[in-house]
Amino acid sequence: MGIFDTSPRARAAALVAPPFAYALLLLAVPLISIVLISFWTQTGLTLSRVFTLDNYREIFSGPIYIWGNQNRWGVLPLSLFVSATVTLVTVLLAYPVAYFVSFHVAPQRKSLWLFLITIPFWTSYLIRVFLWKVILGYNGVVNTGLIELGLIQEPLDFLLYNLNSVIITLSHAYAVFAILPIYVALEKIDRSLLEAAQDLGENRFTTFVRVTLPLSVPGIVGSVLIVFIPTIGDYVTPELMLGAGGRLISNVIQTQFLQLNNWPLGAALSIITMLAVGVVSLVFILLNQRWLRGRG
Amino acid sequence: MNKWSGLRVYALIYLAFLYAPILLLPLFAFNDAAIIAFPLTGFSTRWFEQLWTTQALHQALRNSLFIATITSILATLLGVCAARAGTLANFPGKRGFLGFVMLPLVLPEIVIAVALLVVVRQVLDLDLSNWTVIAAHTVICIPFSIAILNGAFQNLDSSFEEAAMDLGETRWGAFRLVILPLVFPGIISSLLICFIISLDDFVIAQFLTGANPTMPVYIYGLTRFVDALPLIMALGTILVTISIALLIVAEYFRRRGVARAGLKDTGGFL
Repeated sequence: MGIFDTSPRARAAALVAPPFAYALLLLAVPLISIVLISFWTQTGLTLSRVFTLDNYREIFSGPIYIWGNQNRWGVLPLSLFVSATVTLVTVLLAYPVAYFVSFHVAPQRKSLWLFLITIPFWTSYLIRVFLWKVILGYNGVVNTGLIELGLIQEPLDFLLYNLNSVIITLSHAYAVFAILPIYVALEKIDRSLLEAAQDLGENRFTTFVRVTLPLSVPGIVGSVLIVFIPTIGDYVTPELMLGAGGRLISNVIQTQFLQLNNWPLGAALSIITMLAVGVVSLVFILLNQRWLRGRG
Repeated sequence: MNKWSGLRVYALIYLAFLYAPILLLPLFAFNDAAIIAFPLTGFSTRWFEQLWTTQALHQALRNSLFIATITSILATLLGVCAARAGTLANFPGKRGFLGFVMLPLVLPEIVIAVALLVVVRQVLDLDLSNWTVIAAHTVICIPFSIAILNGAFQNLDSSFEEAAMDLGETRWGAFRLVILPLVFPGIISSLLICFIISLDDFVIAQFLTGANPTMPVYIYGLTRFVDALPLIMALGTILVTISIALLIVAEYFRRRGVARAGLKDTGGFL
């Protein structure tokens, strides 16, 4: 039992080794591999291992992936736009809920509320997405329900197979991710600051705008990132909600890997997507820091 | 404070939005019609009976349960190591290491799936099987396991372990008799959460599954057939019921752990 007798530091290092080795093998090596393979080329069944920028050239030269044309956006900008919209909608809708639980729910009932909010998140993601398709479809629950009630005569056709349905479904799927970071930030706010603001003549609204909201900004940043980043990689929702045609970047990647069997191009697309997401996230963080500093 | 303030009404409507799809599941699972639409036509359990006799489904379920069991054990073991190391001492690169292990939380899942597919097929040249899915699921489960167990280990008072050793226990004995019982609730909830994550995951499974699909991959295949809709509803009802049951157990253990450590409950898993 050698490691049990040594210093805490040595024991910590020994304990950290297995998870670290695992992460190295199954996280670092794979990430390096896709970078590597993105510089190879695939023609038909043959894979050429000669270093080339062809995949990146293909991505940046045509209108499909990035630049788009008059009728249609490039797939990547469109996907970024959808993710950004989903993020905006999700965070805006989530903030009041987090605020309510933090400020208006009695302390002993808070964990019950949080538990209720988290439950839907832990139920099968695939089934939840699929249910929205069933709910919003042409002969779906909303349409047949409204017809049954006599509110409409014909089914509404703007519900499914467009970006609205993608945005509704993703906002639902990532709701919890948005609520929890904001809630944590709100919980950290010292309540005496709010009393101080009111003693100094602010009303409830200006207290919120000038004290609570700025102090909760770290939580907002957290939820923006935790919604924005995974939504860009989600291909199930666009696949089920858009039908054939209006595909997003994650669908394109998935198709390259699982159907067209062009892994190098798929790998290059994954890397470009990750970089784009990374850049957008960094710009967001930097702008936010500048804004906070600007306020003093 | 006004009991029915605007905020409370909004929060309740939001909850209804969160639960709406799930509540529709049993409604249509027990409905005696092949299409998912109003009006409901009558009570029937025939979709559940049909599930009972579908062999391919049972195979998929067995696969998923096998994968989820092994994944939850592996991820929790590695999570215990990382969480314990994180609270033991500061060592060079600790923040970097923990940040790296938590990386899957902020990577799009498709990227992890694609990267692992490349390694398994191109670098290692292995066949896809349940084990490749287990390896990948463990990667995405470890951050959740660490997050849960960090809470459990951070609440530990290090003097407990010292006291046990002063009283003649070896370090292993102190760990087994003192620390393990204290963090046990955290371990149970980590096991359950990892189990649920693995059981639900579709993206990684679709990329890395071998000849035998997992449950979500099988369900995804069903979504292409219009006449399979009620079957999916019935299956979904069962899955959601299991998930909620496991969650309640996990939450029970988490709260017990918090109570044991003598802390105030701050709620939530994450």
